[in-house]
Amino acid sequence: MTTRRNVLIGAASLAAGAGLVSVSPARATPASMDAAIKKVVGSAPLRKGKVTLSLPPLVENGNTVSLEVSVESPMTPENHVKAIHIFNEKNPLPNVISARLGPRAGQGKLSTRMRLADSQRVIAVAELSDGSFWSDEVDVIVTIAACLEDPG
Amino acid sequence: MARTLINVPKTAKKGEIIAIKTLISHEMETGFRHDNMGKAIPRDIISLFVCTYNGQEIFRAELHPAIAANPFIAFSTVATASGTLEFKWTGDNGFSATEQATITVE
Amino acid sequence: MTTVERRLVTVVAMICAAASTMHSALAADIPLEERKSGYEFMGRDTRAMQDDDTANPGMLSVLDGETAWQRKAGSAAKSCADCHGDASASMKGVAARYPAFDAARGRPVSLEQRVNICRAEQQQAPALAPESKELLTLSAYVGRQSRGMPIAVTIDERTRPFLEAGRATFFRRQGQLNFACTQCHDDNWKEKLAGSPITQAHPTGYPLYRLEWQGMGSLQRRLRNCITGMRVENYPFGAPELIDLELYLMWRARGMPLETPAVRP
Repeated sequence: MTTRRNVLIGAASLAAGAGLVSVSPARATPASMDAAIKKVVGSAPLRKGKVTLSLPPLVENGNTVSLEVSVESPMTPENHVKAIHIFNEKNPLPNVISARLGPRAGQGKLSTRMRLADSQRVIAVAELSDGSFWSDEVDVIVTIAACLEDPG
Repeated sequence: MARTLINVPKTAKKGEIIAIKTLISHEMETGFRHDNMGKAIPRDIISLFVCTYNGQEIFRAELHPAIAANPFIAFSTVATASGTLEFKWTGDNGFSATEQATITVE
Repeated sequence: MTTVERRLVTVVAMICAAASTMHSALAADIPLEERKSGYEFMGRDTRAMQDDDTANPGMLSVLDGETAWQRKAGSAAKSCADCHGDASASMKGVAARYPAFDAARGRPVSLEQRVNICRAEQQQAPALAPESKELLTLSAYVGRQSRGMPIAVTIDERTRPFLEAGRATFFRRQGQLNFACTQCHDDNWKEKLAGSPITQAHPTGYPLYRLEWQGMGSLQRRLRNCITGMRVENYPFGAPELIDLELYLMWRARGMPLETPAVRP
């Protein structure tokens, strides 16, 4: 099931920290994200379903965004999640994390924290043992922090 | 060695799915920041995290600069036997950190 | 000025203009029962990050502090533990009552300053730099021993003048925007500034892990951030204005439980 949720996010800058500024770097584009996904999925179809990508409804700061991926799967040797990959659209690079699971995982679940540079889509792709690929995506809105730190 | 914080239950029943939480101190410098003089700060990240259970690999993750500082990774595994879980992080500039946890499975 | 800074100045100027139409007498203090920690303004996931000791990035600093507590330092080759023993006993309640009066200096000092006083006088070790990792780990570790305890700085005839000085700073219009802390944090804490909630500014969890910093920082660091945001010429670390302000803020938060190490956006 396709899920598109608009979520509110506070503070985007990747350049937190005294004395450091972010000069607009080369960015991933929807095209480069698609290319990165294609590298993983190949010619197989990418289907919507089985995967739930959870990003918090209100995230205060783009520097650290909690996320959880959950994949419906019995996690048996015959039928399990082989890998979970996360991609994004507008950070400088399209890849976020690629995790290898397997039947010993017991559950098709992964939690981590990522950085979000701007309002963008985040996509989770699950690779199953039968060679099929399933995905979920979330559309995220990012705003900017209220007070900026000066160097020194 | 970098500071780590691991959460693994001390005991579990055989066949039970246990949740594992890991946290490690690391700046995850993206390589996209610049200092005041406009000079690029080189990338310095943890790029690989591997977990083994009594020597067998049960989880592996490749990390990219989009993973937030002080990487937090939580996953699960099935408690099969008593023994040791070993966690290893490696990354740029020869970074390496290892941590262990023991579990009693009845 | 970056676009963001320009935007901030515009928003702040708007609030300033609105606020200055109000009477210029001292704004009312927040009634004690209406006080809320910054924790209550955060989203569910950031709160979850703080609540779980096994997932709170601030705990990495606390663990480092536990190690530092045992480390011998200085020409006296003494560790904190050599004098103070088990921190969970000896440091219980300590962070909750800082800043505290230092008789030799005739004024209150912050917890970080107290650590450096000990280093100089007891360990004969050089002071740890402000906001240095090691200093923060020690204050995080000491702070952790007071977690859950009510903030309780001592106000008596010795500390009262410094409390009043801190309060005066909190209420004083300063800087390019002619703006006072109280205008946001007493009068407008139910509102938002550039999309982020304005909190009541209670220092209930310092030192804390701030997502914006992607690391640990002290109350002074946070105050200096705010002061920069207000376009006020900043005070150096350790400045009496900052310590007095810390004392006032901790008094203002009296009775609220300490959350160290907190997580904030």
